[in-house]
Amino acid sequence: MKLIIAYIQPETLNDVKQALLKENIAKLSVVNALGCGHQLGYTEQYRGVVSEVNLLKKVRLEIAVNDDYLDRTIDTLIRVARSGHIGDGKIFVVDLLECIRIRTGERGKEAIG
Amino acid sequence: MKIWQVFLVLVLCFFFYLTAVFVKEANRTAEGGENPYSEQAAASAAAAGEDTAQGAEQEPAGPAAGSIAAWTENLNILWVILASFLVFFMQLGFMLVEAGFTRSKNVVNIAMKNIMDFAVGSIAFFAVGFGLMWGLDRCGFCGTRYFLPTSSDVSSVNAELGWTFFLFQTVFCATAATIVSGAMAERTKFTSYLIYSLVISAVIYPIFGAWTWGGGWLAKLGFHDFAGSTVVHSVGGWLALAGAVTLGPRVGKYSADGRVNAIPGHNILLGALGVLFLWFGWFGFNPGSTLSVTPQIGYIAVTTNLAAAAGAVAAMVLASVIYGSCDATMTLNGILAGLVAITAGCDVVSPLGSILIGGMAGCLVIAALLFIDRVLKIDDPVGAVSVHAVCGTFGTICVGLFAADGTGLFYGGGTKLLITQLIGAGTAFAWALGIGFVMFQIIRATVGLRVTRHEELRGLDIEEHGMQGYPNFDTWTTV
Repeated sequence: MKLIIAYIQPETLNDVKQALLKENIAKLSVVNALGCGHQLGYTEQYRGVVSEVNLLKKVRLEIAVNDDYLDRTIDTLIRVARSGHIGDGKIFVVDLLECIRIRTGERGKEAIG
Repeated sequence: MKIWQVFLVLVLCFFFYLTAVFVKEANRTAEGGENPYSEQAAASAAAAGEDTAQGAEQEPAGPAAGSIAAWTENLNILWVILASFLVFFMQLGFMLVEAGFTRSKNVVNIAMKNIMDFAVGSIAFFAVGFGLMWGLDRCGFCGTRYFLPTSSDVSSVNAELGWTFFLFQTVFCATAATIVSGAMAERTKFTSYLIYSLVISAVIYPIFGAWTWGGGWLAKLGFHDFAGSTVVHSVGGWLALAGAVTLGPRVGKYSADGRVNAIPGHNILLGALGVLFLWFGWFGFNPGSTLSVTPQIGYIAVTTNLAAAAGAVAAMVLASVIYGSCDATMTLNGILAGLVAITAGCDVVSPLGSILIGGMAGCLVIAALLFIDRVLKIDDPVGAVSVHAVCGTFGTICVGLFAADGTGLFYGGGTKLLITQLIGAGTAFAWALGIGFVMFQIIRATVGLRVTRHEELRGLDIEEHGMQGYPNFDTWTTV
């Protein structure tokens, strides 16, 4: 079992969600996030004053998958969330020790289902 | 040379021209000539009483005509200027309805569109539009004089009200212009929208206005549009349709498999506030169109109010039958539908008739919304086409049925007025939709009408205006 944590551009969220659904990956959490990568922020203008925005708005996806779904999920994320520009985001994959569905008490593979 | 540079040069030329006119005018006054904006200039033109395009009977004007007459005149001016301010207030309503019914990433753009179309439109209407609309001369198609009007010009058009009448016309023109904004929300290039608002205020609205209110051929046919169901709302609404069709739907509105997706508005409370502002402003729009203080003001306010109320009730009931819940956005559209529909006949229909017209408009707007959204697959985020074009046309035709002064079909007046109303509504359809398509196609081919997909997804606030509407709120995720 793996936990995929992906930071993507907010405007790609809808496309990513649709694409994941097509790959039969329907269970995900979405969290708003602030962050800073290689872009080092961007500039915004407010009443003629340029302000450096150092932290960018990103969306963090958390997807728990069984091992056989791992590559598929990562491929989909890269395919849809990539624009080729700096700031497209990153994907982290970590081992998942356990997964428990609260309603039934199922554990492991079935709980991720 | 890029196309926006051409427009910049044109705008600069226009301002140079205005400056030249200004210098000439200032020199003439300095040399002891008559100031064209003085009280005397206006009064003498009014006394001359030359061809008032209004066609209404005119009292002898000026304070010298006796104190009662002066009182009446001043009261009329006061009422119409207050009504103008109320109609101006409708701009707030349009802005809030559009902002509330769309996503938070575009609010700055929507505010800017609604403010700038009034600003650009005011200047364009002063420079060109007013003359085209009210300067009908031998050329029967459109007006040919009173461009950049002076005091004597506006007094020749309306001896009693003068500049007050001019302001009243300006805010009406701005209402027609701002209707289109809603249908084109969330995907239109800002500069293209400014060009559009220049064209409607300077040309499209005034020419149709000349045919109806300016004494043109529709007026001669006996076409009855008291406060502008057709002249203001249908013209704006059909232009909105042309704009929405030319633009195409927003990203994500229609899936490739033909599914229709909802794109919910970000603040229904703002939308509701806007509708209430519009309802309030309509008490200037319809009763103000009497252009004088008469007992009719109250009557018109009542028919206007009843139609709005009936539109709200009918739309809410129908929405709850269809969806099983009292849909707020449909109810709000129902209110506007009732108001738009009653605008043409608010002075001639009976209070009961106004309830019927408003109620039917409330049902019609839901049918039109569903038809345009589901069947025609035209993306109109706020329902501007359904509310203004469809219900405006409906209200105009209803005058031919419900006119209680004996000319309506239901009151034994036969079909004469009904046919005239149909001709008028059909003309508005052909004129606004036809010229709208031509204009938007030209804009699309030159400056471009639509932002890129990336800009649309990120939101027009950041992309077009470099700032966010709600920088301190959680508005990352965009559907």
